[in-house]
Amino acid sequence: MTQAIIELNHLAKKFGNQTVLKDINLTLNKGEIIGLIGPSGAGKSTVIKVALGMEVASGGSAKVFDTVMPNRQLLGRIGYMAQTDALYEALSGRENLKFYGLMKGIAKADMAKEVAHAAQVVDLTDDLDKRVAGYSGGMMRRLSLAIALLGNPELLILDEPTVGIDPALRRQIWAELGSIRDEGRSILITTHVMDEAELVDRVALLLGGEVMAFDTPVALKQQYGVDTIEDVFLKAEGVE
Amino acid sequence: MRTIGIMNRVLKELFRDKRTLALMFVAPILVMLLMSVIFNTNSTTNVNVGTVAVTQKLNKEMGGIKHVDVKTYDTKADAKQALQDEKIDAIIKKNGNNYDLTYANTDSSKTAVVKMAFKNAVTATSIDQLKSALKKSTTGMAKLQAQLQAMQKQQAAMSASTQTTGATAAAKKAASTKSTSTTTATKSTSQKTPKITNHYVYGDKNTGYFAKMLPILMGFFVFFFVFLISGMALLKERTTGTLDRLLATPVKRSSIVFGYMLSYGILAVIQTIVIVLVTVWLLGIEVVGNMASVVVINLLLALVALAFGILLSTFANSEFQMMQFIPLVVIPQVFFSGIIPLDSMADWVKDISYIIPLKYSGDAVSDIIMRGTSIFSEGWNILVLLVFLVVLTILNVVGLRRYRKV
Repeated sequence: MTQAIIELNHLAKKFGNQTVLKDINLTLNKGEIIGLIGPSGAGKSTVIKVALGMEVASGGSAKVFDTVMPNRQLLGRIGYMAQTDALYEALSGRENLKFYGLMKGIAKADMAKEVAHAAQVVDLTDDLDKRVAGYSGGMMRRLSLAIALLGNPELLILDEPTVGIDPALRRQIWAELGSIRDEGRSILITTHVMDEAELVDRVALLLGGEVMAFDTPVALKQQYGVDTIEDVFLKAEGVE
Repeated sequence: MRTIGIMNRVLKELFRDKRTLALMFVAPILVMLLMSVIFNTNSTTNVNVGTVAVTQKLNKEMGGIKHVDVKTYDTKADAKQALQDEKIDAIIKKNGNNYDLTYANTDSSKTAVVKMAFKNAVTATSIDQLKSALKKSTTGMAKLQAQLQAMQKQQAAMSASTQTTGATAAAKKAASTKSTSTTTATKSTSQKTPKITNHYVYGDKNTGYFAKMLPILMGFFVFFFVFLISGMALLKERTTGTLDRLLATPVKRSSIVFGYMLSYGILAVIQTIVIVLVTVWLLGIEVVGNMASVVVINLLLALVALAFGILLSTFANSEFQMMQFIPLVVIPQVFFSGIIPLDSMADWVKDISYIIPLKYSGDAVSDIIMRGTSIFSEGWNILVLLVFLVVLTILNVVGLRRYRKV
């Protein structure tokens, strides 16, 4: 039996009177990439926030590494990349990486190596000592991803990581994500790019605060009788 | 460890933002220079004057003047103690025929009021003296005239005698010498205008209104800039998402607050030192007490301002909304900080000043700069500032729960 890294059971979340998540059941296993797709406002970011312990579930339970969230210490084992780039523009790329590395609790001795590795994955090695304010949008996105990769976390939570990244680099990043998975680490990813959804192991289709479908891309396409995940998405939304 | 990391990062960001830095250091200097040039005002204030061994008449005259209250003391030591305790603003002591005036001079407008009142009172009393002297001399003249008439009568009676002319001349001479002696007597009373010596506890006769404002102004600059810049910094962390990302690491919420405190504390110390040096060397303001104590109090105020800024930034959604706190939070502090004398305000207005952090730092720094009070005698002001700091810091650490529930 594979080990569950994230376990969401009948998860519900309300903000005041507004119900964002009704009933979410989702399991992310060790060595697996799960893609979370759904229209804007479906609650993708809320799922991530609950998984990180930034919000507390109103109902059901959210467990990460078999521990009920929120739990501060566990955050050291999670690499998180938000929708916004969340960078300090006055600092250089290297200073950003070092700062977040320090916050994550990476030992001083390992810092240089970790920073170099993360920068190499996103192809930023040459620009590390420039101020972030001078970066292009794509470079910021890559730096943001590099921060999430720092310290080889066992779980990566990526909120739309490939927005604004050109196709060649996107392919490279997906290759890196693949090798992370092959190392036995797990990834939860949200995306708007439907052909990316074809690359994940399982797709969770989020609609109206519920998981409409949760299966491998191939199985989903068969289930809905269409050729692409994009059609699955459209058909599911149409049904709703 | 993480606290230090956050401090380093905040400092790095600050020192790379040259414009904001320049604002923090150049703007206060510029404004103070301007104020020292422009401010020359006198407002009506009530003064308390202590007198030692002064005639009742003068006391009465002084007491009769508007806005002046007179308290009499038996010894100079008693009066000095009262001056120290801020019960009175000046001491007037009579030394023989001369007057010794000692002004606290922490508020130059009060010194001016005392000077005026004393001058008027002295003039009034000396006019009285002149009047009585004049009366004396007139009665003297009357007597002389009577003598003269008597002598003339004698002369008439002795008209037959040939020696009369000589006798009359002698009598006339005697009368004239007498009258001259009376005039000299009158003259000597009027010439005995008492010598007035002025003493100033703080500063000298050139100490202006600006000197009184300065200690408070110093605190105001520290408060204003730290409040605004730290509030903006945290707001930016929130809107750019770096705060969320920071909180997605195992960092403690308190580490974030303390990291900010350390970095802005360092900045406030530098700012205070710059302001103190500028005021001492450029504006020639006298600092009686310990400069290190001034820095310590301002550091404390800066930390309160920081905690306040961070707290209020959570209620703002944009930089502009943060600016809106200036008229609501910062400007009222100035009104109640003591720049405008509080003792002339209504009681309920005075009570507002108790919740104004700037008042406590202003009181403490004024005492240190102008009276040379030791920082250890400012326990109350320091305690209140510390209470502000602790309460606001706890609120901030708890407040960050909004962004991460653990």
